[in-house]
Amino acid sequence: MSLFFIVALPFFGALLPGLMNSAGRSATAGVTFTVSLAAFVGLLTNLPTVLAGDVVMARVDWMPLLGLNFSLMLDGLGFFFALLILGIGLLIIAYARHYLSRDDNMGQFFTYLLLFQGAMVGIVLSDNILLLLVFWELTSLSSFLLIGYWKHLPEGRQGARMALTVTGMGGLAMIGGMLILGQIVGSYDLSIILQNRDLIQADPLYLPALILILLGCFTKSAQFPFHFWLPHAMAAPTPVSAYLHSATMVKAGIFLMARMWPVLSGTPEWFMIVTSAGLITMVLGAVIALFKHDLKALLAFSTVSHLGLITMLLGTGTAFGAMAAVFHILNHATFKAALFMSAGIIDHEAHTRDIRRLGGLRKLMPVTFAIASLAALSMAGIPLLNGFLSKEMMLEEAHHTVLFGVPWLVPALATFGSLFSAAYCFRLIGHVFLGPVRDDYPAKPHDPGAGLWLPPALLVVLVVAIGVAPFIAEPFVKLVTASVLGDAAEVPHAHFKIWHGLVPALFMSVIAVAGGLLMLAVFNPALRFWDAAPRPEAKTIFEAIVEMAATLAQKLILPLHNGAFSRYAAIGSIVIFAAGYHAWSTGTVGAPTRTMQAAGPVTIAGWLMLVAATAGMVLMHRNRLLSLILIGIVGLMVSIGFVFFSAPDLAMTQFTVEVVTIILMLLALNFLPNTTPIESSVLRRVRDTGVALVGGLATFGLSYHYMLRDAVSTPISEFHLANSYKGGGGTNVVNVILVDFRGFDTYGEIIVLGIAALLIFALTETLLGGPVRARLLNWTPDQARAGDMHPMMMVVLTRVIMPVVLMVGFYIFLRGHNEPGGGFIAGLIVSIAVVMQYMASGFGWASARLKYPYHGVIGAGVLIAGLTGIGAWFFGKPFLTSDFTYVRIPPFEKFELATAALFDLGVFLAVVGAVMLSLESFSRLARLASAPDNDHPMDIDPSRDDLPAELAASGKEAV
Amino acid sequence: MELLVASAIGILTAGGLYLVLRLRTFPVILGISLLTYAVNIFLFTSGRLTTGAPPILRDGVNVYSDPLPQALVLTAIVISFGMTAVVVMIGLGAFLGSDDDHVDDQPETDEDHSEGTS
Repeated sequence: MSLFFIVALPFFGALLPGLMNSAGRSATAGVTFTVSLAAFVGLLTNLPTVLAGDVVMARVDWMPLLGLNFSLMLDGLGFFFALLILGIGLLIIAYARHYLSRDDNMGQFFTYLLLFQGAMVGIVLSDNILLLLVFWELTSLSSFLLIGYWKHLPEGRQGARMALTVTGMGGLAMIGGMLILGQIVGSYDLSIILQNRDLIQADPLYLPALILILLGCFTKSAQFPFHFWLPHAMAAPTPVSAYLHSATMVKAGIFLMARMWPVLSGTPEWFMIVTSAGLITMVLGAVIALFKHDLKALLAFSTVSHLGLITMLLGTGTAFGAMAAVFHILNHATFKAALFMSAGIIDHEAHTRDIRRLGGLRKLMPVTFAIASLAALSMAGIPLLNGFLSKEMMLEEAHHTVLFGVPWLVPALATFGSLFSAAYCFRLIGHVFLGPVRDDYPAKPHDPGAGLWLPPALLVVLVVAIGVAPFIAEPFVKLVTASVLGDAAEVPHAHFKIWHGLVPALFMSVIAVAGGLLMLAVFNPALRFWDAAPRPEAKTIFEAIVEMAATLAQKLILPLHNGAFSRYAAIGSIVIFAAGYHAWSTGTVGAPTRTMQAAGPVTIAGWLMLVAATAGMVLMHRNRLLSLILIGIVGLMVSIGFVFFSAPDLAMTQFTVEVVTIILMLLALNFLPNTTPIESSVLRRVRDTGVALVGGLATFGLSYHYMLRDAVSTPISEFHLANSYKGGGGTNVVNVILVDFRGFDTYGEIIVLGIAALLIFALTETLLGGPVRARLLNWTPDQARAGDMHPMMMVVLTRVIMPVVLMVGFYIFLRGHNEPGGGFIAGLIVSIAVVMQYMASGFGWASARLKYPYHGVIGAGVLIAGLTGIGAWFFGKPFLTSDFTYVRIPPFEKFELATAALFDLGVFLAVVGAVMLSLESFSRLARLASAPDNDHPMDIDPSRDDLPAELAASGKEAV
Repeated sequence: MELLVASAIGILTAGGLYLVLRLRTFPVILGISLLTYAVNIFLFTSGRLTTGAPPILRDGVNVYSDPLPQALVLTAIVISFGMTAVVVMIGLGAFLGSDDDHVDDQPETDEDHSEGTS
């Protein structure tokens, strides 16, 4: 099976469990199992190639310019990890089916699990380090979801957050390291990087890259001093702990160290950092684990300790160390997953994981006892079990390792760590299973169904099989070791044997086991001593650091970001000026290339009006109606300016938009206060004037310099002018750009406009549904109402004008392709025609005559425009490719038919719908607040019989 | 002429900025509108100023104003209408809901604090 499928299967499969939720728990688990099994089988189909020593590759260029390619690689190391991830994943899925209770959302759980599985497989199969980073971050995110799966538990949420913070920070550091590495080599492809050992190690940036990458590995693999997150992640459901902390998540860091081993290892820096971190972690984890009373906490710290062991082995930088590390990864995955699952069984059956409340389970749960004891003895390093073999190799390697020039340091610490390791394994067996049967268990323990014990049992079979017959694992481990070593070293010839003779490693092993038994004998006094000793609590330190960072952020942000919009506006403006000034003072300005054009008296008069209106607005802004009139003048002068400077389309648009904007503002002003009170201090006004003047001067200077110089390169407008008629079939270049050259932009813009209108509609609905409704109903206008709400003159006039305006709109629309006009302008003109009817005869009358809702008009517009674009696909052209032809239908002259006109129709409809929907929403507020509106077109209508009561009364008097 | 247009941009910006820094919604919205004019004209002038040469292709005419900024500004004008409408609606909704048209968060009123101390 292609490598793409192996990686993609879990991701796509993650969609299924959520859907299967209603089909029952077995169906959900079954689907998940099938997906994993398919990926597993797919992986196995590649086994022959891997066994032959070849590397399977699969590659799709994703963003080649960035060096980011979707390239996958399957060699011995990748195969080994993928096998662990998918194989143990299968067992975990079967186990989780029986472990989770009915209250747990199983679909969600398995979706998270598959996402995580996909991300892990992605890491181990990536051939591109950028792609690897993407998957790396995905594991952090999906493990966050898994650890925090029991959202109702505060420990679950805190543990998940801590894991995400620590591994996420490490991931960030690693991104830096990987980028440096890619820069050194000049390629982000792992297969190329792995062949450039000398280049990388000679580079001055080797050390920073190494430290950054190791930060990522150490945080992920819980190495000292980042080990503290792992025990807190134990708040997750046990299947998650068993999966994440035996074979997958925490092994990702180990995997990466193994993957990078050929290029990063072998230097003194690597040796010092990795070996000492591993050694400290190993000893520290083992000592803490012994004194933990929670079964899962004990296993968590033992995992930390074993990860330290593997890290130390990789740190030695020798081929034998690498082989021992690979072997121990395999062994640790088998016995640790089995132990986690056993702990889950005990928790599930006895309803407690506290070792102090357990004991004597040997008789009550014989199957679990057998499984857990074999796995624990293997972890302790007892012969005939697989843990013994790799531990022996570790001690052998430690015996030859000299750190800080002290030959006894590493062997002594390794033995010390092994001693505690053996002690906690013996404690696990002794205090949980041996001893007298108690009568105070929270629940009566008994062996679970096969669904729970079979998965760990299968793993224990492996533990024993490898332990008794090490030669069955030897070829595979050597194959994996060969791909770890790459070209850097030869695979060692040493064979895996149970009996090596009376070598130092054996003595160290004996000391460890005997010492472990002795330690258990003196456990109670040792525990009292441990409890009395002061120890730093990682969680409090972590939380204090987080708290400090949060306080610092608040201190920095709150003065800037205190909820005052005017403050942000002032700060934002000043920052923009400063940045602009910096660019100005450091850049160069060439001499003017254009001469200033002369301005006639009309131009100056227009300028004066614009300036006067703007100044009036600023000076008299407290009178809101007046400032609205003044802004109308500004808009009008801007429109005239557009006419003057050869932009007829712009002028028409600006002019019509001006009309609808003013109507809109008037509708709003109806409710808002008429005046703005004086609130700001003089000082504040001086400050604001200062900001405004600086901003005005800056834009003035910028645009003045800009207009007197030609563009530095030829503008692409030349292309548009040249091809507008040839390619787009229109002589109005602006319109051709809108509907053809930049049609996709326009398409996006009408969608934005439609969304804005819908947003206004939604806000109105919310307002009308809430307490505002009552306020509006009780609202009394602050101005006297006009007696004649729908004046006859206006009604008659707007009716007469309506068809004329519609005709103008239609004309503007049709000619748009060749003369100024088009869908935008026509849409605005038609909106104004309709708005006039609303204004003259009222909301009730007008909306009763409305055939289509405006939402529908917007939707139709966007659809027509979109379908026109899609139409191009049927002719094998890209989206929105236009076509045109000339036809002649007698008695008309020859005219042009263009698909662009259809697109423009969509634009037209969307604009009409959006403008009308916005104005209509505002009027609905107004309607609620005003006196009951009648449905007649005008208040006084001689042809009507039912005159208003008071009018009828006065009429009678007159008669 | 360039001087006139550039100074108009500057004046519109200055007026817009001053109004944007006011404390009530209505002047702020008007200020944003003024800034919109300034920005639109600024973008428009990136095609430089040309009189009497609209970008409508004619036989025998070779000089046209730059059509591209015009097309971009045209959609910008229409979009800015949509955005103004949304902002006005938000401002209006806030005023109707709280009877207050300040743009800034108002400090807690003293009534809440003085309780119990007096």
